[in-house]
Amino acid sequence: MSKRTVHFKIYRYDPDKDEKPYMQDISVELEASDKKLLDAMVRLKTKDDTLSFRRSCREGVCGSDAMNINGKNGLACLTDVDSLQQPITLRPLPGLPVIRDLIVDMTQFFKQYHSIKPYLVNNDPPPERERLQSPDDREELNGLYECILCACCSTSCPSFWWNPDKFVGPAGLLAAYRFLADTRDQDTNARLDNLEDPYRLFRCHSIMNCVDVCPKGLNPTRAIGKIKDMMVRRAV
Amino acid sequence: MVRRQPVGAHYGLKDWIAQRATAVFMAIYTIIFAVCTLTLSEFSYEAWSGLFSSGPFRFLSFLFFLSLFYHAWIGVRDIWMDYVKPDGLRLSLHLVTLFLLVGYAGWVAQILWRL
Repeated sequence: MSKRTVHFKIYRYDPDKDEKPYMQDISVELEASDKKLLDAMVRLKTKDDTLSFRRSCREGVCGSDAMNINGKNGLACLTDVDSLQQPITLRPLPGLPVIRDLIVDMTQFFKQYHSIKPYLVNNDPPPERERLQSPDDREELNGLYECILCACCSTSCPSFWWNPDKFVGPAGLLAAYRFLADTRDQDTNARLDNLEDPYRLFRCHSIMNCVDVCPKGLNPTRAIGKIKDMMVRRAV
Repeated sequence: MVRRQPVGAHYGLKDWIAQRATAVFMAIYTIIFAVCTLTLSEFSYEAWSGLFSSGPFRFLSFLFFLSLFYHAWIGVRDIWMDYVKPDGLRLSLHLVTLFLLVGYAGWVAQILWRL
């Protein structure tokens, strides 16, 4: 790929200086080595160093650079810049308070994540080496533990937009099922009790926006379905 | 003073199952209704009202409307829960919906047993 110019339309807001947010039109010339959207944004930052966004690992592991790219949530570091229609419109993740430019306040998102107790609860004394699982039991955790908590899914979910303080959201519910599915966990009943609520779990109406945007290819809707399935099996 | 937001009403599963069960019943009734009306000997008011004079069909029709109203109660309440934030206003809308649907159920019984 040779040198080329890329046009951006970027949401800008600095609460110390700006009265209200605005969209900035800006272009940047990319080097041949700039392949991902994040490369282009880092290049852009050398031109305008007031542009703020989060990034860290630049390879889809840390989940810092989640943003709304041309109307769809995704990770800048995993998105090919040449696959995007120009001008590339960048906005912060929808539904969360903006701190500055593309940086959002994720407090509410992590509050919901913590509410499902995202850790193994086992009151037996720890064995000498490790708590074992059969390969079949371990298999059930695939597609659950890989979540990097980038918040692409929860911030694309209308139910989370309307009730971020009450609905756990797809990321939190995927993590909830990760521990419900774990045969080493002993807190299953309390975990199901914690979710059996018209808001916390049942705000999900399976519209699958979360599945559509997950940069890791995970399926929170399926995990939510399995939680409902567990509740039904417990009740009948 | 900060009002803390409590959650954990524990009726989510019951309503979720009820919504699905009522939907299944309505789908089955729709098929029965379609078959019964399409196989009428003649398309006239007498034949149509004759259909409703049979006890089981009237019973199934009444169950259909009860399912519809229960289904609608959960669905409409979901809308209020999503979009109406003030608790007092939400409760009032819940009650209005509930009273309307109970009223409709009585009205349906009156119509069905008058046919």
